[in-house]
Amino acid sequence: MALCDYLPAMLCKFPALSDSTIRAGRKTIDDGFKAFVRSYSDIIDTAVQPLQVFLNFLERLFVTSPWPIILIAMLVIVYLGSRSVRVTIGTALAMYFIGLFGLWNDAMVTLAMTTVCTIFAVLLGIPIGILMARFDRVQATVNPILDVMQTMPSFVYLIPVVMIFGIGKVPGMIAVVIYAVPPMIRLTNLGIRLVDKEVLEAADAFGSSGWQKLKNVQIPLALPTIMAGINQTIMMSLAMVVVASMVGVGGLGKNVLGAINNQFFTVGFLNGFALVAIAIIFDRTSQAFGKRLQKHSEVIHG
Amino acid sequence: MASHAIEVRNLYKIFGPRGADYVDQVKNGLSKTDLNAQYGHVLGLQDINIAMPAGGVMVVMGLSGSGKSTLIRHINRLIEPTSGEVLYDGVDVCRMNERDLREFRRHKTAMVFQKFALLPHRTVVENTVYGLEIQGVPTAESEKRARYWIDRVGLSGFENHYPNQLSGGMQQRVGLARALTNDAEILLMDEAYSALDPLIRVDMQSVLLDLQKELKKTVVFITHDLDEALRLGDKIAILRDGRVVQQGTGQEIVLDPADDYITAFVKEVNRGRVINVETIMKPLAGNPEGLPIAKGTVLESAARAMTSAGQSVAHVVDEAGRPAGTLALDTIIAAMVTPIGHDEAQQAA
Repeated sequence: MALCDYLPAMLCKFPALSDSTIRAGRKTIDDGFKAFVRSYSDIIDTAVQPLQVFLNFLERLFVTSPWPIILIAMLVIVYLGSRSVRVTIGTALAMYFIGLFGLWNDAMVTLAMTTVCTIFAVLLGIPIGILMARFDRVQATVNPILDVMQTMPSFVYLIPVVMIFGIGKVPGMIAVVIYAVPPMIRLTNLGIRLVDKEVLEAADAFGSSGWQKLKNVQIPLALPTIMAGINQTIMMSLAMVVVASMVGVGGLGKNVLGAINNQFFTVGFLNGFALVAIAIIFDRTSQAFGKRLQKHSEVIHG
Repeated sequence: MASHAIEVRNLYKIFGPRGADYVDQVKNGLSKTDLNAQYGHVLGLQDINIAMPAGGVMVVMGLSGSGKSTLIRHINRLIEPTSGEVLYDGVDVCRMNERDLREFRRHKTAMVFQKFALLPHRTVVENTVYGLEIQGVPTAESEKRARYWIDRVGLSGFENHYPNQLSGGMQQRVGLARALTNDAEILLMDEAYSALDPLIRVDMQSVLLDLQKELKKTVVFITHDLDEALRLGDKIAILRDGRVVQQGTGQEIVLDPADDYITAFVKEVNRGRVINVETIMKPLAGNPEGLPIAKGTVLESAARAMTSAGQSVAHVVDEAGRPAGTLALDTIIAAMVTPIGHDEAQQAA
């Protein structure tokens, strides 16, 4: 009946490589990669050992400290960052409810993880963004990589990460950083490229060196955009901790994962809302902080 | 600190990826239009030869697209020339290596920009110290010098304001203070006053003239406004399509415009404020009559003095007070109105 009855087979079934060829190729690559991982596993383990220790230390610090100390420290940081009583009270309420529903320890684990991941993403993203803004060739190379990082499903790159690092906090952190760093890089690059050409020319005319230009003009003028990048990075790290729980990161994400597997509606939403609450705290604090850095741009008259 | 003259010699600038390849053809007469049509390159400047007076104000005047902003950027090499030399103190700026160029920019030049180009995140005083900060001058010293110049440009009390909190005229005062704090021998002003209201512009011109009387810097001033050029310039060069059409003192240009283009410009000028009495005085015949008028007085002032004294004749005296020539009120009036020939030239053009 179908058109295919009259057409050569070639046009109806896509001429794919034969199953055996694909299998052989897949096996070669997989085996090669496994062999590579196996032969270097000692070196890799030793290399990430300090990171592992640091992550464990931080998590223990957050979890084992008495809750009032953590809460007060959080409120102080939030207040210093936002200078807003409303945000601070909101934080206190959110943390109170998180604690009330027995999620305090899990929230602390997530908080520790997010903090480390954000710091790493920022430390990694800003220099790369600066290099991209400085050299067009770096931009041309890095941009497609970022596109892949942002569109590739995170589960896919979890496979090699887990193969190399096993299950635990380090692979989780790597997965989160891969996911969270692109906006940091992109917005740093964009911010620096959008810096007023006239001001840059003035900096040149006064004999600024490349470093002086970067420090005095480009970074400060790009700061609003860079702050938006940091904000995005925080949000994306938080979103990613659920996925990271699949490779052994504990905390709220792990509870969500358990809830999905067992269809625990209430548990799922409680943990989900706890993540949302933490996200809002981070967001409001970092945005208010960014705005305060820009208070000079308010026009009084002109 | 003695300022030196700047000399621009045989300067060519062709914008485009292979500009250098076309210099010879342009020298042999390839026009700006043909260069653009045939090779897709833009002729920015051609065959510029200007000697800019030491310690004087050199005005480069031209309409937009004439290449005036390109020219001023060659003096501190914000734009690389395609061929030619820019000599300062015997050194070709165009041949300096990166380090020498940076030192030259730090210590010898300071620049004021049309759109102010202030750092928005820094206060007035922090903007003003910018040049010194880059040179590595200690903060206390540079702030002291910055405050002095902020005061001189009339911004006392605004030291801790941000540029956004200031009006355009005040922002440009900051730009000027920033340039002066650098204490450089060359002051480059790229359409520095073009973005300002007319009244504030005149005000700022006075600020510059007053300061220049004591500073005696070599100033290069870019403008599209002939009145501004005539008011400020010890010497004026008029640019059109990247070429110098005429250069000379304001008087020379007003009295003897090189072509119809300049004639059209000059037509609108208040000649009474440009032409000096000695330019139109007649040789002394007999004893000096009327009131004495010093050499270098512009016609308008002379006419005012004569009318208020109720006299129609005056004589010009030189620096030593010796009579040098005679001057009648009707001669002054004839010289102040635009000659008939200029109107015709304008219509023809």
